[in-house]
Amino acid sequence: MQDQVYEKLLEIVKPFAKNKEAFEKATESSSFLDDLEVSSSRLVDIVLDIEEAFEIEVADTEADKIDTLGSAVALIKAKTAGR
Amino acid sequence: MNDRRVVVTGLGVVAPNGHGLAAFSQALRSGVSGIRKIDKLAELNFRCQVGGVPQQISEKAKNYLSEEDLFAMNEAMTFGAIAAMDAWRDAGLEIPARESEQVHWGSGCVLGSGLSGMDTIGEKLVPNVNAGKVRRLGSSMVEQTMSSSISAKLSGLLALGNQVTSNSSACNTGTEAIHDAYLRIKIGLAERMLAGGSESSSQYIWAGFDAMRVLSSEFNEEPHRASRPMSASAGGFVPGSGCGVLVLESLEAAKARGARIYAEILGAAVNCGGHRMGGSMTAPNNVAVQRCIRQAVEAAGISPCKIDTINGHLTATMGDVLEVNNWATALECAPKDLPLINSTKSMIGHCLGAAGSIEAVAAVLQLHEGFVHGSINCEDLHPELAAFEGSIARTTIEKPIEILAKSSFGFGDVNGCLILKKWRN
Repeated sequence: MQDQVYEKLLEIVKPFAKNKEAFEKATESSSFLDDLEVSSSRLVDIVLDIEEAFEIEVADTEADKIDTLGSAVALIKAKTAGR
Repeated sequence: MNDRRVVVTGLGVVAPNGHGLAAFSQALRSGVSGIRKIDKLAELNFRCQVGGVPQQISEKAKNYLSEEDLFAMNEAMTFGAIAAMDAWRDAGLEIPARESEQVHWGSGCVLGSGLSGMDTIGEKLVPNVNAGKVRRLGSSMVEQTMSSSISAKLSGLLALGNQVTSNSSACNTGTEAIHDAYLRIKIGLAERMLAGGSESSSQYIWAGFDAMRVLSSEFNEEPHRASRPMSASAGGFVPGSGCGVLVLESLEAAKARGARIYAEILGAAVNCGGHRMGGSMTAPNNVAVQRCIRQAVEAAGISPCKIDTINGHLTATMGDVLEVNNWATALECAPKDLPLINSTKSMIGHCLGAAGSIEAVAAVLQLHEGFVHGSINCEDLHPELAAFEGSIARTTIEKPIEILAKSSFGFGDVNGCLILKKWRN
């Protein structure tokens, strides 16, 4: 499940990652802002895409805590657990 | 205050009848119309069902802009970015790398539009807000709908560090942008400015004009014949879209880097008729039009008889006859002595906020390459223009021209005029 979540997340993040090299080498510890160079304003759009792709709702307080790919995966997994 | 000479060193154009200088120039020379049937307008019960829309631009945009850029760019921003990047390269300048920390402090832009971001507003903003889905709008609504969206995006793409702004003066926007950028360089506040206007092809822009009954509606099945400036059968303008951009530079800066120079801006003027003396929100004060032309000629320091050709505003409305007469009055010449006059709108329609700048690109190309393009679809010349018949370029004339006057007029009773001179080394 985790691999599927991670792969799906990468698809969502890809257009927003301005550092393409870092994106190609991304790991779960890659940070959205510092490593992938996603514009901070676009985190809003990534969260919207995550909500749509995984059919979940992410509260603003939860969204604020997403800083790495891994943290996004963990949040998605927690929200989709038991499905 | 400095009083520097200002030259044109780069051109970019995204027009309904051609993208890029070679295609656009060829289309102008050959009388190729970029007006097409727009099915969407027919579905929506528009009276006018034709328009001028640049072709295959969304596909081409991928060669200019990243996916991240395009995510937050509507059509006018995309037209603007492509035309400006083309103009920048045409001027012999490099598109800076995103990672580069170098800012061009001497370079800025004035790139406006008539109605900014209407596709974004009509297709995303309003429907989502009305449905209570504000949160679903995402992060990019403001940057696509703010009036400065086009220039703001461009500043990032080209690392511009001088004044970056978007002007708006209806159908005079493109010409006013060139005027404003010219003045900034002339008085020494910038070395280089991109100038122009961009307008999208949104039905939400065109609807208001259609409702005013100022658009062409009699040639919906013959799109290429629909835009008919100066003709007896002109029944309104054809809405168009696209972007034209000029790179303007101080003569010193252009020479210092060995740039190819197309033309010099000898003089420019803008004014307003104050909605007096027959002027209104939608009609021109003819005295103001004439004053604007005279002021530009005076600023250029030339005798009116030195003007070889006029690229008019000439939209295919009742205004055409007034305009041609205004030119003759302002230049103090008899109808038979009016310089050759043409309307680029006969091939691309009225590109509104982009009109003046796309037509200015056409003007500079005519000076540089030595031709006066034919104004198509006026084989049945308006009877009130009969005295001017010998001055109306109905087919392309290949001949060297030295000085060209370009005008635009807009709702709000605003006017703009540029005097351009071919550059000779």
